Amino acid sequence: MSDDRRARAWAAAAAVVDPELPALTIADLGMLRDVTLAGDTIEVTITPSYTACPAMVVIGWEIEAALARAGLGPVRISTVLAPPWTSAWLSPEGRAKLAAAGIAPPPTAPADPGLFAVAAPACPRCASLATERISAFGATACKSLHRCLACREPFEAFKAHGDGSISNTASRDVLS
Amino acid sequence: MRPTPDPFTEALLARADDALVLGHRLSEWCGHAPTPEEDLALANLALDQIGLARALYAEVGAGSGRTEDELAYFRTDRDFRNCLLVEQPNGDFAHTIVRQFLYTAYADPFWRAAVGSADPALAAIAAKAELESAYHLRHASEWLIRLGDGTAESHARAQAALDALWPCTAELFEPEPKARLPDPVPLRAAWSATVDRVLARATLARPADGWAQTGGRRGRHTEAFGKMLAEMQSLARAHPGAVW
Repeated sequence: MSDDRRARAWAAAAAVVDPELPALTIADLGMLRDVTLAGDTIEVTITPSYTACPAMVVIGWEIEAALARAGLGPVRISTVLAPPWTSAWLSPEGRAKLAAAGIAPPPTAPADPGLFAVAAPACPRCASLATERISAFGATACKSLHRCLACREPFEAFKAHGDGSISNTASRDVLS
Repeated sequence: MRPTPDPFTEALLARADDALVLGHRLSEWCGHAPTPEEDLALANLALDQIGLARALYAEVGAGSGRTEDELAYFRTDRDFRNCLLVEQPNGDFAHTIVRQFLYTAYADPFWRAAVGSADPALAAIAAKAELESAYHLRHASEWLIRLGDGTAESHARAQAALDALWPCTAELFEPEPKARLPDPVPLRAAWSATVDRVLARATLARPADGWAQTGGRRGRHTEAFGKMLAEMQSLARAHPGAVW
């Protein structure tokens, strides 16, 4: 029975969407890390994408509401920073949903660009590779702004962040 | 009487104060930056810094029984431990970029080294902060090169800002309690190498080391900092205890 309760709790929490990116759920984004049972209490563990992710409080409320609607509780929300979130945790479904929402998904193997190097994601509307970056910073911490030179549409791209392994960052040279 | 924080908590508090104060200074550009894209960039950088400050204040608070809001909004200038560099007023855009570059060239290797800290909370915060400081350093370096290697006007302003802020940099490498914190000696070498490489591409002259202005880490701040705090804290002090 407890496995069933945990599975129902996971399903309810996994369906919560990111308020800043409502096309995707927190499970799509890799922000939902764990659901465990501690006696009667359901503990839901989440992690922020960027340290300052302003959506974390609302996401916690939404998880509590989602589990209440599913008749589950009490709930405790636990936020962890380690291991650090990386865009490599986006699920295949999440990547497809981003593209469908007109947001270019991040490169699957994030490379560290040198100075003045600019990522040029394919246009999510016309698939042209002829795109230019307008700004490395966008409306949320996780996105940058771009323009397609073929269809002329502006679009957002989900930034590559982290690489899923902190062990190789000691030698990284951001100014190369 | 609140308990006296231990030296490690004081060192965390210094980084939290660096992040909050730099974040607030950057946020002062919101709506005033030279271009809309740069307005977005500076606001994003400010958000990253304030998020980092919150994570660190939560740790400091756990060690000293204070809340994030108490630490950010209900201390006076003499209780803040941020370095003098980050509290310097924004000045012109070159001044802001030079401040951002000089600080981030230090913060990036600091956080990368802190990933290996024996303190698990600091290591977890550092593992996220070092990913973010990397693109902060890239942003500041690119702008400093554009300004220094740009027009005669932008070059002169960047050099003037560099000369003005340079005396505040020595404070970044003051000795600290070493346990669980990165050693400042290799940090200074990494910082110096970054500074030399970027200044060379920017065609800017590295100022001579001379008299150094210090005191921020001991709570002795500049006049402009008091005015910044007064503005930053006014809302919380007008409505103590208010919550969203």
